[in-house]
Amino acid sequence: MSNDIRYLNPVAIEITKSKYCRFKKSGIKFLDYKDANYLLKLVNEQGKILPRRLTGTSAKYQGRVNKAIKRARHLALMPYVGDMLK
Amino acid sequence: MGVQKRTTFALLNFYKLIENLMNSYETVFILTPVLSEDQAKEAVQKFEGDITGMGARIKHSESWGLRKMAYAIQKKSTGFYFLMEFEAEGSVIADYELMMKRDERVLRFLTVRMDADHVSYAEKRRAKMAAH
Repeated sequence: MSNDIRYLNPVAIEITKSKYCRFKKSGIKFLDYKDANYLLKLVNEQGKILPRRLTGTSAKYQGRVNKAIKRARHLALMPYVGDMLK
Repeated sequence: MGVQKRTTFALLNFYKLIENLMNSYETVFILTPVLSEDQAKEAVQKFEGDITGMGARIKHSESWGLRKMAYAIQKKSTGFYFLMEFEAEGSVIADYELMMKRDERVLRFLTVRMDADHVSYAEKRRAKMAAH
């Protein structure tokens, strides 16, 4: 038993919250490109679209998110490049 | 399963045929802030007239007023935003977009075909706006 590593204090293990798709959970089916305030949640400070890896959005809805944000940008409801959006 | 799917698709196609291939569309366009409010309204009326002339049926039309844009277009930082919802055959859209492209008053436009979810969303949104 000399190989066993022993710690004095229990090692802090990070408990990761499981991610979920917010659109599936709340039953949103259509993402409105006209609602720039809502789309701002799915974008970082520079106006870049947040990845699925961070938001937990399902692939199906991430496609819709991308489309909506790109449409909003085209209509100048959202910036293509921004700074300190939040 | 497969057979059922095929029959539902066939049914859908049939419904589309009897609907005479009418689709719902939604369009947002931005007019130059150089115009006065009356001139902007006049332009919108002209567009509405033209589009009904092409064989579309306008379901809803709304003005968002003079808004600040997120970035400058043609060196202008504001614009008159308008939203229009209409039913038309797909062939109308090319003519409509050409008209918008040729018009110098239009800074930018976007036309989107509405799927079933979009249509129900738009109806809900209108009801919400009417309540306020």
